[in-house]
Amino acid sequence: MTAPTHHYAPAPHSYVSPIPVRRAHLGDALASEWTKIRSVRSTMWTLGVMILLMLGIGLGVAAIASASNAPMGEESALGFGFFGMLPASICVITLGVLTIASEYGTGMIRTTLTACPSRSRVLTAKAIVFFLLVFTVTTVFATLVAVAQVAMVDAREPTGAEWLRATVGAGAYLALLGLLSLALGTLIRHSAGAITVMIGLLLLPLVAALFMFSEALRSVQEALFTYAIPSQMIALYSERPPFGDSGPAGWEPLLIVAGVTAAALAGAYALLNSKDV
Amino acid sequence: MIEAVGLTKRYGAKTAVYNLSFQVRPGVVTGFLGPNGSGKSTTMRMILGLDRPSAGHVTIGGHPFRQLPNAPRQVGALLDAKAVHGGRSARSHLLSLAQLAGIPAQRVDEVLGVVGLQDVAKRRSKGFSLGMGQRLGIAAALLGDPQVLLFDEPVNGLDPEGILWVRNLMKKLASEGRTVFVSSHLMSEMALTADHLIVIGRGQLLADMSVTDFISANSADFARVRTPQTEPAQREKLTAALMEAGGQVLSEPDGALRVTGLALPRISDLAHDADVRLWELSPHQASLEEAYMRMTQNAVDYRSTEDQLAHLQAPQQPGQPGYGMPPQQQPMAPEAPQQGWYAPPPPGQNPYAGAPQAPTAPSPYAAPQPAAPSDTPKDAR
Repeated sequence: MTAPTHHYAPAPHSYVSPIPVRRAHLGDALASEWTKIRSVRSTMWTLGVMILLMLGIGLGVAAIASASNAPMGEESALGFGFFGMLPASICVITLGVLTIASEYGTGMIRTTLTACPSRSRVLTAKAIVFFLLVFTVTTVFATLVAVAQVAMVDAREPTGAEWLRATVGAGAYLALLGLLSLALGTLIRHSAGAITVMIGLLLLPLVAALFMFSEALRSVQEALFTYAIPSQMIALYSERPPFGDSGPAGWEPLLIVAGVTAAALAGAYALLNSKDV
Repeated sequence: MIEAVGLTKRYGAKTAVYNLSFQVRPGVVTGFLGPNGSGKSTTMRMILGLDRPSAGHVTIGGHPFRQLPNAPRQVGALLDAKAVHGGRSARSHLLSLAQLAGIPAQRVDEVLGVVGLQDVAKRRSKGFSLGMGQRLGIAAALLGDPQVLLFDEPVNGLDPEGILWVRNLMKKLASEGRTVFVSSHLMSEMALTADHLIVIGRGQLLADMSVTDFISANSADFARVRTPQTEPAQREKLTAALMEAGGQVLSEPDGALRVTGLALPRISDLAHDADVRLWELSPHQASLEEAYMRMTQNAVDYRSTEDQLAHLQAPQQPGQPGYGMPPQQQPMAPEAPQQGWYAPPPPGQNPYAGAPQAPTAPSPYAAPQPAAPSDTPKDAR
């Protein structure tokens, strides 16, 4: 060995934590998101208001209908569930947006993504926890309201499929709408902005269609009436398209909202993974 | 070990960080210094994989942060004390982070104790003071008991007791063999906490050296000499004697003399030989804060010159070739007052060193030009 030997100062002993190291997985992220969603008041407020609206409006409408004694014809009493579902969707939208956008608003998202560099895992955990929470709560209360309405109003006995759609179907529809809001919150990263966009998406098509008197816009008006979110909610309760001859009915609105939500979520994943936070 | 190579971040036309290369070693506290807006936080975000570098790369222990196995157990960070959901209690906040990283829940109570927030753990963090927020952020960084720690302005908003606590905590963490990277815009704080300094200005590396090296390289020692104010002739006599002996003499606004290049005993001997009485003969060391200010200030000036030119020249050059010229000289003008009496000249490039040769050299009998301000108050009187 003729080469001069270099003496490097020994590297300082690097620190080893006594806490056992365990690879974190999606289950950990789910536990974390569950802690997050239940430890803020906005969750209690939005879900609390939603429950009050569903119960109050659902039971109120049923009480008025049973008092009026008007003939129900072919309709079952389950259709009254729609009136509670529409305002409930506004609460779900708010909660869905806040679930992710509040992290951007406060800067918490940086802390979160430092604790878990896998951004997809964070978004997946948020989506699952939010979906299951909203689906459970809305299904439970939609079922309660549906049972009460059928018991109070004198109308045709609903079929099994109608029962399923008015309970699990309604819960899934609201939860998917909330998931769409969550995806939009991820894309827009701003609570107020995303909530405004979602409320607009919910109500504006119907309002715009109301004022399309021109014959030239007839086709646009029909499309808006058929595919506006409130119309889809009504369609969920009926076997046949509620407006006109064509359009979704039965389980089809659920498929439509699922498709739109999937597309928005795909965009949210792509953006979250590529953009700086 | 954090290693950045050619790290660059551009936001549109603005370059926040440019070609930054440095290493942060374990076992010492490394201070990350720079004025506000110099790119410290951007660099920290890039280290943590939150922002994607426009060019270059940065690794922690050889891996980019997002590819690190068990990242939260290897790296802990305090980026922004306010980066918590205000509606969540301190404990819930930390619990959610611990769960996310697969850290046992009892660790949450441990770190709450370490930062002294155990009594307010159940309170919503919205009501926390900035200091409490900093403590909560430090608790989050310590949660995974990591090998590498990043703190962005950790002493912001802390009271003196809290500052001392953070200082000791950083040193303790480093002594355990961890890599500790602390950003600050306060040189005085870093001089006390850090062993090694990385200084940036306008997103570019200005210095990467140990604190002791930084001090010796950037502090200019001088002696302050004061002669009886009642006898200005004595002052001029002494100035001549000192300059003859090879010293550089500058006049301070209040009439004192700032002497460099001569040891204190020699000044005393010269004064004695010239038969001049001294009212003051005191050693002075320029503060590190001044050295740092000058270093970063120059960087800012240098950069803004370039920007201005690039900005103005592109559209104007074809028609008006002379238009680009004035800005070239413009930045030189404000530099003169910056080399003022209170900031020592940079070592090795003392602009006053050549003063005796310059045409406006202070001859012993002509009052040195910069002394003018000292006359004004007298006249005003």
